[in-house]
Amino acid sequence: MEKIPILRMGEFLLVTIQVDMHDRLAMTLQDDLTNRISQTGAKGVLIDISSLEIVDSFIGRMLGNIASTSRVLDAETVVVGMQPAVAITLVELGMSLEGVRTALNVDAGMELLRKSVNGHEESEYGSYFQ
Amino acid sequence: MATTLNHKTSNLGAIITQNRDAILNGWLRDMIGSTRRSDLMKESELQAQCHQFLSLLTQATTKNTNIQATAYDPLREMLGEISRTRAIQGFSARETATFIFSIKQSLFGAIRETLGKDSAAMADEMWLTTEIIDALGLYTAEAYIKTREDTIRRQQEEMLELSTPVVKLWEGILALPLIGTLDSARTQIVMESLLEGIVQTNSKVAIIDITGVPTVDTVVAQHLLKTVTAARLMGADCIISGVRPQIAQTIVHLGINLLDVTTKATLSDAFSLAIQRSGFKLVRPQKKESVEH
Repeated sequence: MEKIPILRMGEFLLVTIQVDMHDRLAMTLQDDLTNRISQTGAKGVLIDISSLEIVDSFIGRMLGNIASTSRVLDAETVVVGMQPAVAITLVELGMSLEGVRTALNVDAGMELLRKSVNGHEESEYGSYFQ
Repeated sequence: MATTLNHKTSNLGAIITQNRDAILNGWLRDMIGSTRRSDLMKESELQAQCHQFLSLLTQATTKNTNIQATAYDPLREMLGEISRTRAIQGFSARETATFIFSIKQSLFGAIRETLGKDSAAMADEMWLTTEIIDALGLYTAEAYIKTREDTIRRQQEEMLELSTPVVKLWEGILALPLIGTLDSARTQIVMESLLEGIVQTNSKVAIIDITGVPTVDTVVAQHLLKTVTAARLMGADCIISGVRPQIAQTIVHLGINLLDVTTKATLSDAFSLAIQRSGFKLVRPQKKESVEH
């Protein structure tokens, strides 16, 4: 069965969506991710959707759900690289993804995660990559 | 009934063929009297158009009397082309339509010559001819108006493009000065160009300046909020600046909730906030010295 890979980078989990999301794939991702967070005790999840060009309300809700679930498991979620067309579609669908944090690209997203996990004093590239 | 109509129609084609030169000369003469615009169009060009029109009309009327029929396709195509070029050349709608209507007199003359003895047949033929020519004239006018409308639409689109410039103010800071009323079509373009700009310049802060927006009602406010939300989804912060006192009052009176959005009174306030948020600091060197003394 098709699966979206979840990579571990130190304390964070990295998910890159590079195929068109269909509903079953989204459900699988949600399950897998929740399991991985609890297994690894990850502090943050970064979802890169820069290759995602088509969204519907289901995918939008899935992103919101992933963020909420992760928060319950004590992990921050950052969605990065959303395409303009995707952002417009989500807004037109009335989904502003209130609970989800966003960043322009993976770099900015990682920075955001580090800040939120470590507090502001340790925003330099750092201690996880020894 | 249909057979009689067709019968009459084939007569018209024959009449035109027989009296072609007389009709053509009469038509050109009438046009010179009424709608000739030698400043906009050459004599030879007009003659060529008349020739072509007569031949196509002859072909079409021998087959059918309904100008929507396929037999009239080449004729309608030609009239459409004539209307388009005349609209561009600067003819008025009236002048363009009269090009067709002015054929009537000479055409009726030809019909009278041919069918003068049979008054019933002549009346029928004239009625048919009037119907066809009127329909063609209206079609020409319609095509003319359509051309003008296309021009207006194109200009509107160009204006939309022109009126939404996205400017880069600083490393990672974009500004979008809005001028004019915001409607849904414009907001869509504003939103798209802002989001594209955010991606291209990798900006974290975007300032939407509404100094040039004359009124803010609930619809405009909703559009602004949508844009802000879309930018947030992409990972950029939005600041709305240039809120004039009256507009601030209107917003409060209308009960619009802008609490989730950062608003500033002037673009410069918004810019300094944006500088701060991006982690920059603006320092004036001379002032530093004077403090040290």
